[in-house]
Amino acid sequence: MRKKWWKILAVVLLIYTFTAGFLLKVPELGILKETSRNLFFHVPMWFGQMILLTISLVYSILYLRKPDLKYDIYAAAFVKTGIVMGILGLVTGAIWAAYVWGAPWSNDPKQIGVAIALLIYFAYLVLRNAIPDIDKCAKVSSVYNIFAYFIYLPLIMILPRMVESLHPGGKGVEGNPGLNGADLDASMRMVFWPAVIGWTLLGVWITTLNIRLYLIRDKNLINAK
Amino acid sequence: MRNSVYSLLLFFAGLLSSNYVFAQNNGAVENVMRSNGKIYVVLAVCITILVGLILYMVSIDKKIAKIEDKQ
Repeated sequence: MRKKWWKILAVVLLIYTFTAGFLLKVPELGILKETSRNLFFHVPMWFGQMILLTISLVYSILYLRKPDLKYDIYAAAFVKTGIVMGILGLVTGAIWAAYVWGAPWSNDPKQIGVAIALLIYFAYLVLRNAIPDIDKCAKVSSVYNIFAYFIYLPLIMILPRMVESLHPGGKGVEGNPGLNGADLDASMRMVFWPAVIGWTLLGVWITTLNIRLYLIRDKNLINAK
Repeated sequence: MRNSVYSLLLFFAGLLSSNYVFAQNNGAVENVMRSNGKIYVVLAVCITILVGLILYMVSIDKKIAKIEDKQ
């Protein structure tokens, strides 16, 4: 966690994302016009969230296999950053929608889907705070986290493929439920993928700060095992 | 201490860049900052925010590292 190279990589990729993302010539895409640059900022929030929540799922499973409090701390920290990225994704999506769909909230299936997914993860935090016994809290929230992930996946991966939506991707489009791959030209891809990696690494960095803090705070509990 | 150094640095960076933006006869930088619908101004603002946030994270990171070393 204390290695430096990947933090530097995150910073370099993000500065590249901002610079290229602002200055690149983007293709004409109907109503989107210049707003398609949001692809480098809004979309990586969701990619990052998905990756962070998947890491969290792995730690929850690890906790249930071997009840080491560390795993639970890891899982909780990854969920928290995942939620932050989700909120940012939802808000930036609403801002974007206000100017291209005509309203920040159109009860679009994809908006509702991710909102429900976020609420499910809010409940994870509420659940954690509701159980004072640390071991019980760790076990119950690990189980809940696994459950939450497998509700979250259909909400963002399967449902969007089954219904009509204003959002690109999903029904009628091959592959990704969140964006139409055919809309991206080669130069946009050259910014988009570094952006995804950069934002995700930033998310991981924030998470490790939280983890290190909790490990110090709960030092006595972990050593007591 | 370190935080105040960072904020000072940021403050001066801001001062400098505003000089570039407002100066009337500043040659190359002036032309770049005013070209193309002034997108470079937005870029400078966003990069400043990004760099500021990252410096803040680095300082938190170092503080935690210090506490870890004490353990």
